[in-house]
Amino acid sequence: MSLSKIQFDKKIVLSFWIILIALIIAAPTILPVFRLNLLGRYLSLSIVALGVDLIWGYTGLLSLGQGIFFALGGYCAAMYLQITSSTEFPNNIPEFFALYGVEKLPFFWEPFRSPVFTFFAIWIIPALVAGLIGYLVFRNRIKGVYFSILTQASLLVFFNFFNGQQKLINGTNGLKTDVTQLFGQMVGSESMQRIFFWITAILVIAAWFFAKWVVKGRFGNILIGIRDDEPRVRFTGYNPVIFKTIIFSIAGGLAGISGALYTVQSGIVSPQFMTVPFSIEMVIWVAVGGRGTLLGAILGAVFINYAKSLVSEALPASWMFIQGGLFILVVTALPEGVLGWIQGNGPRNLLQRFGMKRKIETYPSLEVNNKEGNNE
Amino acid sequence: MELLLDSLFNGVAIGSVLLVAALGLAIVFGLMGVINLAHGELMMLGAYTTYVTQLIFKLPILKPFYNSYIIVSIFLAFIVSGVVGILLEKTIIRKLYGSPLETLLATWGVSLILQQFVRSVPLAYGTGLVIILLIGLFLPTTFPSKIKESINFKYFKFSSWIFAALTGVLTGSVISSSVSKLSRASARNVDVTAPAWMRGQIEIIGTAFPKTRLMIIVITLISVIAITLFLNQSAWGMRIRAVTQNRQMSDCLGISTEKVDIITFGIGSGLAGVAGVAVSLLGSVGPNVGGNYIVGCFMVVVLGGVGNLLGTVLASFGIGIMTDLIGAGRLLSIWPDMPLPLSNTINFFATTSMARVMIFALIVIFLQFKPTGLFPQKGRMVEN
Repeated sequence: MSLSKIQFDKKIVLSFWIILIALIIAAPTILPVFRLNLLGRYLSLSIVALGVDLIWGYTGLLSLGQGIFFALGGYCAAMYLQITSSTEFPNNIPEFFALYGVEKLPFFWEPFRSPVFTFFAIWIIPALVAGLIGYLVFRNRIKGVYFSILTQASLLVFFNFFNGQQKLINGTNGLKTDVTQLFGQMVGSESMQRIFFWITAILVIAAWFFAKWVVKGRFGNILIGIRDDEPRVRFTGYNPVIFKTIIFSIAGGLAGISGALYTVQSGIVSPQFMTVPFSIEMVIWVAVGGRGTLLGAILGAVFINYAKSLVSEALPASWMFIQGGLFILVVTALPEGVLGWIQGNGPRNLLQRFGMKRKIETYPSLEVNNKEGNNE
Repeated sequence: MELLLDSLFNGVAIGSVLLVAALGLAIVFGLMGVINLAHGELMMLGAYTTYVTQLIFKLPILKPFYNSYIIVSIFLAFIVSGVVGILLEKTIIRKLYGSPLETLLATWGVSLILQQFVRSVPLAYGTGLVIILLIGLFLPTTFPSKIKESINFKYFKFSSWIFAALTGVLTGSVISSSVSKLSRASARNVDVTAPAWMRGQIEIIGTAFPKTRLMIIVITLISVIAITLFLNQSAWGMRIRAVTQNRQMSDCLGISTEKVDIITFGIGSGLAGVAGVAVSLLGSVGPNVGGNYIVGCFMVVVLGGVGNLLGTVLASFGIGIMTDLIGAGRLLSIWPDMPLPLSNTINFFATTSMARVMIFALIVIFLQFKPTGLFPQKGRMVEN
């Protein structure tokens, strides 16, 4: 990271927070439900982007398989909703099981009758799966491109598994949540969606603070160390495997929360969450926003998805071209992302190109001394 | 015995498509440490080239030679994918040298663009564009060295691009006016029909083998032999091997690593095109056809290790045969009276998609023992 980051004034930071909180409280009344729902979805996607930023921006592990954990979180939430609102169906199990002649709830869904278990399962199960995959891969010092394509392959494996198992998880149709009940209210209803929006907004902020806490201090320094020179970290006496596994499972847990929030707001979870393009898209949100900047990940996720919905509404065919171009552009021309570019002297360099003079940045005290020296 | 032969044949057929596709990927990965996510789309271009060639050979002038279109299309597919690959190398990959993860993302962007390109641009004009690239990139290299070294070479280059543009536009419009199927953009899947001599089956030792699959195996065999000869016998092959082993040292000894990169990337992409011809014989061709094979190719590269063709060959046939054994539940028919729990497990995995799940699990287990693949490159660096 560049040394000369712009330091924001405390007053500006405070007013930023006040405006942000006011906007979050006011959004459900200002925006029509359709747009509010979209914004809520994009905000929930920004949590998975935070996870991607932690593992890619800070630790240098490019995972192309975050969709696994995203979908796992979604499936946990959706199954709980399906089970609790299936009291009028035969055997008290979700309706779709009857289609495939299943009469008893598969044993691994049994604990999901409890809301407390589900609450923990949404983030612990993806984190555990991520930890296991991560440990098996990192243990053998598999890294770089190998790691990326292995995560992509495991994504495909999970996709195939979830797509093919009708009797366990309704296969390719996925699980619907919008007509299920939660605390006596329909999940797809307007009032519920408003509550979900607030929950999402609060969780995004919480996840941001959590991520900030993770990358702060020695733990964060080791992560950056692993990104920049892993052998050196190892020779210094740290075991990178542990740190990589921990951060990968943290990212998995964040992805799970994000998937659950996205599912309840989009009304369905299906194996489509585990397709290869979707997981790579998550990386581009972070790349455009600015990797290694947590705020960049959030902003990137929200803005790119918003742009995607706008462009897809107007010119459906052109989005692929734009997205493809974005991948190439951001990697070749803007490797630090938009926020990284702004923080790292980017605008000033641009102005300089147009003939503006560049302010020389030194220690203020030196500058003062220098002037005095000239006067003498 | 018959069953075993059948299974072996199917496995080899699956493996040979993987092999041609993964061969290019493995060579490029070994040389530059770059995984090309657009490799699947280069295969797709090869498959579409077969389709276009087929339609052009249906024209009255070429009708007598229709039966040989598939052989012609192998060469054309190699050239088309190779040229697109070279363009990719010259414009993007070279800029990102030394940062493989960034290359991964950029090539993904390229693959998105290529997919949308075949959807929204008529294939006739796509052909024209490839011809422009082909002439524009290669015409300047054929000039005598006297012109190449002269100060006015850039004008020669420029005029050859103009010539290329004219030829390309002309060919594009000729094709689009004479073959109506190619003059409109379409996102629909297209079908390649094999010529008459390739349909049907051949019986060997009492087992019937479809001819298309045999053809694919033959294509694979020829490609592997050609690449092995090229790498081991030719001067450029030697340079490629040298740069793969030690880039800095080769550079110091006067090997133009830039040229080696271009040639290798072109050949690797061209092989993807050849694999595309094979793919077009197996099923219908659509913009997403490459995606079905690409992860298999990655697994071959991971399993086989880099810098050794034998590893790639063994890995792809291994994956192919395992896919067939598990996916078709053949173990059960070979050993019918196996204990119940075991046979239940085998039935559970006896679909193509579940076979992939199983194979991936096996690969991960394998990597626990041999993290760098079957034949790792030996070195004393910290990395690698």
